[in-house]
Amino acid sequence: MNPEDLHYAASHEWVRIDGDIGTVGITDHAQKELGEIVYLELPEVGHVFNADEEFGTVESVKAVSELFTPVSGEVVEINKGAVGEPGIVNDDPFGDGWLIKLKLSTDQEVAKLMSAEKYAEYVEAEEKEK
Amino acid sequence: MSAPAHAVSLKRTPLYDLHRELGAKLIDFGGWEMPVQYQGILEEHRAVRERAGIFDVSHMGELEVTGREAMTALQGLTPNDVAKLEDGRCHYSAFLTDRGTFVDDLLVYRRAADSYLLVVNASNTAKDFEWARSRASGDAVVEDKSDSYALLAVQGPRAAALCARVSSSDPSDLPYYGFRMMDVLGETALVSRTGYTGEDGFEIYLDPGSAEKVLRGLLDAGRPDGVVPCGLGARDTLRLEAKMALYGNDIDDTVTPWEADLGWIVKLKKGDFTGRDALVRQKEQGVPRRLVGFEMLDRGIARHGYAAQTPSGPGTVTSGTHSPTLGKPIGLALLPSGSAAVGEEFSVDIRGRSARARVVETPFYRRKKEAPS
Repeated sequence: MNPEDLHYAASHEWVRIDGDIGTVGITDHAQKELGEIVYLELPEVGHVFNADEEFGTVESVKAVSELFTPVSGEVVEINKGAVGEPGIVNDDPFGDGWLIKLKLSTDQEVAKLMSAEKYAEYVEAEEKEK
Repeated sequence: MSAPAHAVSLKRTPLYDLHRELGAKLIDFGGWEMPVQYQGILEEHRAVRERAGIFDVSHMGELEVTGREAMTALQGLTPNDVAKLEDGRCHYSAFLTDRGTFVDDLLVYRRAADSYLLVVNASNTAKDFEWARSRASGDAVVEDKSDSYALLAVQGPRAAALCARVSSSDPSDLPYYGFRMMDVLGETALVSRTGYTGEDGFEIYLDPGSAEKVLRGLLDAGRPDGVVPCGLGARDTLRLEAKMALYGNDIDDTVTPWEADLGWIVKLKKGDFTGRDALVRQKEQGVPRRLVGFEMLDRGIARHGYAAQTPSGPGTVTSGTHSPTLGKPIGLALLPSGSAAVGEEFSVDIRGRSARARVVETPFYRRKKEAPS
């Protein structure tokens, strides 16, 4: 299930806000759609991104997908454990499989993101379109 | 994350409902709604290498060529030597353009002197049928019988034992590329010792009406042995490790058998066939590029269509994936012949980043031939 304390983007990333730090990852639904993840390309620490900008790629056996950050900020940490062993993004997408931590540029962007409940409805609607 | 687009009005095999029941993830594959995976590509890949897996490949096309002069017609249509085929044997071959490039790659089964079955790629079936029908010589009749066949592939070291348990006769004595008719789960089937995975295995041609019963029976009989249903995702990683060409990726109507490292299907001495003159010419003038296997020296997967740069000029990646067996990225590329030798290094543009790769020996994976148990 999607944790209640996270904020969700339509492009299937989540962000956890802790003071002025936002931790970004992909959702359980996203990792299931991708299948077994074999590569992660993440940015360097110090890189600054605007909301909805591509910050990296995630690659499974069958496809490559771009990663978009839901919020603006400067990268302060990347999950080196996940780069070395990308399977943890499949195993624990909301926990040990996080991707990057950002020092947030603003606290105004989170309001535009979805709650866990809204995101679940969004995924259900998206599935029906298939 | 960017989501894949979905198409409409796709064709379905007789096993569609069973795929849904088995929890398959279905995708558009050349206009067919096919299972890409059930439990996961890596798991299914491992099952085929270590135990056995079963694939629904009913989307493949079947053309029948019949008549007293069927063999003569096929000699003119295909580059391999059909005269060498005995009853109950098949071989790998192709339809070629006048330029000597691939219309399609295919299997030719000789059922009798006047009856041949050609198995072609799903997305090429209509094109192949028209191509063969319009060119077949003499009294040979070409018919598209694709709707009359369902096709299951049982692949892996335990495939022979599984097929033996549920068939009227043990297929273990079939030679590689041999076939015969037998009952499988009580249903009439043509069973051939062929496949597209680099493992021992069988392909089972069935009446579409019996396909679901046979797949259920095979899965039930194989369950204690760890036999699982497999999707096209694992089929692709398996065939790539075995360096088997995929039409539309590695070969198409711009690539000749010489370039594709498939010269062994071309028998120039057998007489004339479509594409022969162009192939003789290219052999004399020199083959400009070669399909080679490569592995990555830098991180990332080089995928189909990515541009390659060699000291002898540009090339193209035709297939690329993460090799589950080797645990690293592998691929095939068409490279200028001057830079196609094993050990040559080249670069690939991976979405704007230049990554190094090296030409390696193929196949990437070769099964150990064990004494039959």
